[in-house]
Amino acid sequence: MQELIVTPEAQGEPMPGAAFEPAIVAFVCNWCTYTAADLAGTSRMVQSPNVRLVRMMCTGMVDPKYIIKALLGGADAVLISGCHPGDCHYINGNYKARRRVKLLMEILPRFGIDSRRIKLTWVGASEGNEFAATVNSFAAEIKELGPIDTRRLPLL
Amino acid sequence: MGSIARIEVKDANPVAALQGFCARLLADGEISAVLAPRRLPGNGGTMPALVADPAELRDVDPLAPSFRLNAARMLTRLTRGTDEGGLVAALLRPCEVRAFIELCKLNQGSLENTLLVSMDCPGAFTNVDSARFSGNRGDLDALLGFLRADGRGAFDGVEVARACRTCEHATGAEADLTIGLFGQDVENGLLLMANTPRGEGFITRLGLPEASDDGSRGSALEALLAERRATQEKLFAETTAATSDMTKLSTFLSACVNCYNCRAACPVCYCKECVFLTDVFEHRPWQYLSWARQRGALKMPTDTVFFHLTRLAHMSTACVGCGQCSNACPNDVPVMELFKTIAASTQKAFEYEAGRDPGEAPPLSVFREREFPELTGGLD
Repeated sequence: MQELIVTPEAQGEPMPGAAFEPAIVAFVCNWCTYTAADLAGTSRMVQSPNVRLVRMMCTGMVDPKYIIKALLGGADAVLISGCHPGDCHYINGNYKARRRVKLLMEILPRFGIDSRRIKLTWVGASEGNEFAATVNSFAAEIKELGPIDTRRLPLL
Repeated sequence: MGSIARIEVKDANPVAALQGFCARLLADGEISAVLAPRRLPGNGGTMPALVADPAELRDVDPLAPSFRLNAARMLTRLTRGTDEGGLVAALLRPCEVRAFIELCKLNQGSLENTLLVSMDCPGAFTNVDSARFSGNRGDLDALLGFLRADGRGAFDGVEVARACRTCEHATGAEADLTIGLFGQDVENGLLLMANTPRGEGFITRLGLPEASDDGSRGSALEALLAERRATQEKLFAETTAATSDMTKLSTFLSACVNCYNCRAACPVCYCKECVFLTDVFEHRPWQYLSWARQRGALKMPTDTVFFHLTRLAHMSTACVGCGQCSNACPNDVPVMELFKTIAASTQKAFEYEAGRDPGEAPPLSVFREREFPELTGGLD
């Protein structure tokens, strides 16, 4: 296994003179949003480079601990994106994902993690433009919000 | 409400009266054994025991304010699967009943195979304090004093556990039968109330004298709950303030040594194998070194906050607030305070209450097509 080296700029360390670049982890479903991301790429749409995609078979398999781990590990935000309601390849995985995100929205903000750092969207396979727009607006929003403080905590 | 019967108390000894009540249950052809707290030799306190022989009821003491473990998990072992050996009558605290109901929803136990008997619960001491209370070491007068005060105040210098002082589910109304203590003259008689059709059936069959509720139980209960709710509000406010950001949460949990005793003691941590005990967390040395290089230093053992946050996400909707997590903690981390506070808000978010109703599905096992539109910007 190889060690993943994240450059300080990509980690959002406040470099003198350099603007904050957020690191966003996105859990996207294979059937809709990942396909949309692929489409956005092949269509050469301009997307902000702050997002790291994790391709899941379904948003219904995104355990809350994946999101928690990403945020504790220093991701500035997490995007969960899957099929539109009614379109899930596995019939109802996206509805389950919605309940889990709702649950985390009740827990994490109580510990000072801004609820804007967790985002759930529905992006269908043909919506490459929608995916690019989501990524760009989310990255801009997190840039505004600033870096997450978990990264600098000595205890965790 | 359902029928009410009276359990006569002789010689001012309600413990003996309840032993007699257990004997009556055992004598019933349908009941094959009684699961009830039984006094431990020597050190004071009780542990659940499965009693099949009436002669062995002599040490049974359901009133002892000792709560070494939540017996819900024990009862699942006795009831799961199809009914093979008849009913087990279980004398449980209200929080044990509610935890058992949560486990039954996950098919880990069965309500069909048990007669749940609960009681008005004055609370119990922590495992550390349990033996200090003389009533837990055979002093009946001390126990009577404790019952008369409904568990309020200090006894032999110790108070009941904080989980109990902040508990608003004191009556076991979810069980088939409830033993009424609040507002009763416990030296003369206790109430037995039926909450379900099965409970009604047993009250009729046990041949106990009928009784009526004169309202004294209700007013005693109301006064007690008002105090406990106030204490609970205080606990919520304190805990919220102490954990309002990640630095504070980290500090709040800083004494944690990742022993996972809270998880082992938790009656509703339902996974057969916890992910934190699997290979997923058997990190390779290079992984630790990589984290250490990224942050400059890495606290060992790692993933302490991660563990607690994950457990909050996994089981806070099922948390019954029994406080066994704090009871099991070797380092006095206020785990119960954290879980009770968060559980109140996650359960409210799904309009759910753990253990309230066996027919109510766990919130993360179901969904509606249209709900929580605020999460996706109004799109659904």
